[in-house]
Amino acid sequence: MRYLPHTDADRRAMLDTNGIADIDALFAAVPEGALRRELPDLPRAQSEIAVERALSRLAARNVPASSVPFFAGAGAYKHHIPATVDHIIQRSEFMTAYTPYQPEIAQGTLQYLFEFQSQVAALTGMEVANASMYDGSTAAGEAVLMAHRVTRRSKAVVAGGVHPHYRAVIETVSRLGGFAVDARAVDPETSFDADADKDTSCIVVQMPDAFGRVADLSALAEKAHEAGALLVVVVTEAVSFGALKSPGAMGADIVVAEGQSIGNGLNFGGPYLGLFATRKKFVRQMPGRLCGETVDHDGRRGFVLTLSTREQHIRREKATSNICTNSGLCALAFTAHLTLLGEAGLKTLARINHANAVALAKTLGSVPGVEVITPAFFNEFTIRTPKLGAAVIDALADHGIIGGVPASRLWPDEPTLANAIVVAATETTTPDDIAAFRAALEEVLHG
Amino acid sequence: MVEMPKVILPAAEAAAPAPTFTGNRALQIEEPLIFEIGSAETSGVDFEEPAETETRLGGLERTDAIGLAGLSEPETMRHYVRLSQKNYSIDTGIFPLGSCTMKHNPRLNEKMARLPGFADIHPLQPEKTVQGALALMTELSRWLLELTGMHAIALSPKAGAHGEFCGMAAIKAALEARGEAETRRVVLVPVSAHGTNPATAAHLGFTVRAVEAEPDGTVSVDAVRAALGPDVAAMMLTNPNTCGLFEPHIREIADALHEAGVYLYCDGANFNAIAGKVRPGDLGADAMHINLHKTFSTPHGGGGPGAGPVVLSEALAAYAPVPFVRREGDAFRLVEHADDAPEGAAPFGRLAAFHGQMGMFVRALAYMMSHGADGIRQASEDAVLNANYVRARLADVLTQPFPEGAMHEVLFDDRFLKGTGVSTLDFAKALIDEGFHPMTVYFPLVVSGAMLIEPTESESKQSLDQFIDAVRALALAAKAGDAVRFTEAPRFAPRSRLDETRAARDPVLSYREKTPE
Amino acid sequence: MALIKYTEDHEYISVENGVGTIGITDYAQGKLGDVTFVELPKIGEKVKQGQPIAVVESVKAASDIYSPVSGEVVEINEILNDKPELINQEPEAGAWIYKLTLSNTAELDKLMDQDAYLAYASAEG
Repeated sequence: MRYLPHTDADRRAMLDTNGIADIDALFAAVPEGALRRELPDLPRAQSEIAVERALSRLAARNVPASSVPFFAGAGAYKHHIPATVDHIIQRSEFMTAYTPYQPEIAQGTLQYLFEFQSQVAALTGMEVANASMYDGSTAAGEAVLMAHRVTRRSKAVVAGGVHPHYRAVIETVSRLGGFAVDARAVDPETSFDADADKDTSCIVVQMPDAFGRVADLSALAEKAHEAGALLVVVVTEAVSFGALKSPGAMGADIVVAEGQSIGNGLNFGGPYLGLFATRKKFVRQMPGRLCGETVDHDGRRGFVLTLSTREQHIRREKATSNICTNSGLCALAFTAHLTLLGEAGLKTLARINHANAVALAKTLGSVPGVEVITPAFFNEFTIRTPKLGAAVIDALADHGIIGGVPASRLWPDEPTLANAIVVAATETTTPDDIAAFRAALEEVLHG
Repeated sequence: MVEMPKVILPAAEAAAPAPTFTGNRALQIEEPLIFEIGSAETSGVDFEEPAETETRLGGLERTDAIGLAGLSEPETMRHYVRLSQKNYSIDTGIFPLGSCTMKHNPRLNEKMARLPGFADIHPLQPEKTVQGALALMTELSRWLLELTGMHAIALSPKAGAHGEFCGMAAIKAALEARGEAETRRVVLVPVSAHGTNPATAAHLGFTVRAVEAEPDGTVSVDAVRAALGPDVAAMMLTNPNTCGLFEPHIREIADALHEAGVYLYCDGANFNAIAGKVRPGDLGADAMHINLHKTFSTPHGGGGPGAGPVVLSEALAAYAPVPFVRREGDAFRLVEHADDAPEGAAPFGRLAAFHGQMGMFVRALAYMMSHGADGIRQASEDAVLNANYVRARLADVLTQPFPEGAMHEVLFDDRFLKGTGVSTLDFAKALIDEGFHPMTVYFPLVVSGAMLIEPTESESKQSLDQFIDAVRALALAAKAGDAVRFTEAPRFAPRSRLDETRAARDPVLSYREKTPE
Repeated sequence: MALIKYTEDHEYISVENGVGTIGITDYAQGKLGDVTFVELPKIGEKVKQGQPIAVVESVKAASDIYSPVSGEVVEINEILNDKPELINQEPEAGAWIYKLTLSNTAELDKLMDQDAYLAYASAEG
């Protein structure tokens, strides 16, 4: 087996060092009968060629986003990743390192985490950010639990425009933890509506919302603060930070986001990375790892994991979260891509995303029977057609177009959304893609 | 404006090298933060301008300066390559962190995960365009279920702790179905457990009752029986445990729990000791997470991402969360909503937006297919053999709290350092100077000054001998009174010992904090 | 002259005119190492004997402070917000953590006096 270095002679010599005749002497504590003599009922070892052949065959049964005109979003976005990013994250010293528990020999990881935290704080308009969560949805669940700790209240109000899977995660962790969730009606017209009472720890709102709509959250922030609650803002498209007023500037207390759009591929849903930012006064209630600046014994600047007393390995059942492993390498991809973009590049990227979405909305809106129902948006919006959304998307796929995500897949219990489709454009969208979408949509609706 | 780092010569140390003017030391190059070398105008990405100029942002345009710094492409590459050179990694050398399973990361797995058919597919594109991905998830499930002897699997948990939450949530759902969720609110956790165990239980509204270990480091049936009661919901047990010992009474413990209506959660962090040899299902486990980033070699990436699929017993299978894959004839379907679940299923909810860590699934399956049933078994045997070889060769110079038996990791304590003026932390830092990543220190908490060594099966005998020789030399040096070698270590790393107290007392967590606008 | 008593969790309480001043002992701060943060109680908070009321943190540990007696918090030592290291420097003087009005002075009888505490701490090692 190519990954195992020992020869039989090595094994023999090492058994001798232990003074035993057989490897199973080391498994003596295993109860009678549980130590299996026969091999598992699975295939035997395969060569690199054979594994590559088999997995390539499976991969070929999928339709990659880049191989077709592609318009799906709804929490995961197809963006271009510079070749440099993938090279950087495959550096041995980054990819095959552990969590930086020995900081003197992990300054590479720690410094990029400090840069990452700084970038996330700047993007969100907040003071502090952690070193990443699993993804945007789990970060949203953690934000709600943190708001409960900060306010010592136990109910979250979730606006109707929050991504339904995010809402489901919030509902799951809340119900199992013994907390209440007041989820508001799903309606594209009122997707930002919410209010708070004396039991409310936070209002959770998504911007741009799950229909793609954008709105000013300042009044909602005031409403939350008047009731003594926090405003948690969810962002599923991180590129939007380059175009839209920051959540911090609109009064957010906690900002959570899906960071996949910057530096990370679609990967069928994971691994992604959650961004988590807040005000400094709440830092001791934050979940997840934090990297901080300090000096070494010789006075030189260096970085360490800090405020670890919040975490499970020290605080155990009183920890702010049970999270241990996070999304370190995805955070590196994010921070390297954002370093390549810089402030000017991110703003340009965001402008192009928006321009392509506007062009797409104009084109689709001109197809007879198609209505764009999102008045203001970033790079994603919702259309309504005369036919069922799921059927339209299915038929478009037969025409070689991935035409978005049918709202019925996101909200199966909302009959008023049965004909709606959530559609996204990015910098990868070309005029030819838009023209092909239009032609296929006309064919599907009226052909 | 770039400020050169200050170089301060360690006080009158004979062997100290003269400082350089730059602060660099040959291949160790000081690297500023991107904010100190980049600018708001610089970009390393070129774009094509679109024709469309109309905006529909609803008046919410961002007009402020964000505070980002950009670098050109060559500067970006150099910045991160220089940073990378300040890291130790498994590709550099042995990484014997106990409980972490730092094994070789085959590059075939990286290549497979980057096939566009896996890396460039969207989680919500039509099912008929992702049949290969769903087939891969099904195949991965088959391998994991066969290796664990369990009944059902939930793939969506994103790391070990997330998997713990999933398994314990399934237990809570099962108790709800039995009408006992209100009465059974206690989870038993051995004192040696990973911190994630009590943290997970607490986040599910359980209270934690500690179970003490026996003097030999294992849990006794009597201790479990003594802790049992009508208020107990589950026990969380790591096996092999965090002292590196296989729990010999695991079956009697499982039986005692089940008789009392209590579920057994197995922390699968140490599955690398027994994969292909022992099936947790045969030992009575009701739920167990599998750290794909440990046992099945998906890279740790400096702290993540991981993947933590959870296998479930027949008693818990119905409660697996959405989404999951279902086979219908030749086609694969995704069940994304509880209403859509098949007859008899009662998903407890949803743990994450999408279907799990697909990129990790591809890598783990490539790893398992490469090994095969025979290779997985051999890997476990080699992992256990390597730990025991380390144990045998260090037994005369270090001290062991539980000298009998070790599985894939071996635990030492700090009694051998008594009176030397050297602590476990000092010892670890001296190993850094010798060119090795230290072992896990101060965990498990039940042992004074713990040193937990897990070499994994990836290390050759030569590699183990080099590591062992270094540890032996250091142990003898400590006993000979050469404390300075330890207390001033590391001397040759990119940084000497860092002031963690200062970092925690006055936290500086982002660049902007230091330069208020 | 104030009455000073000690708990097995290494808190001290110094009582004068029905008000107790509470902190951790010099022995305790030595065990904990460099203190990085103190989570203070809130004024007006009511606490029962033996309940956790504050937290003292070092880099690698967080220790709950259990109230030696029942009562209502009337004052907290806000200097510790900015100077947690005071706990290491003068634990049994300037680095008191909170003051409370005792609701049951009989509870003091269950606590150790100085001689008993010193013997207890030295036995612990």
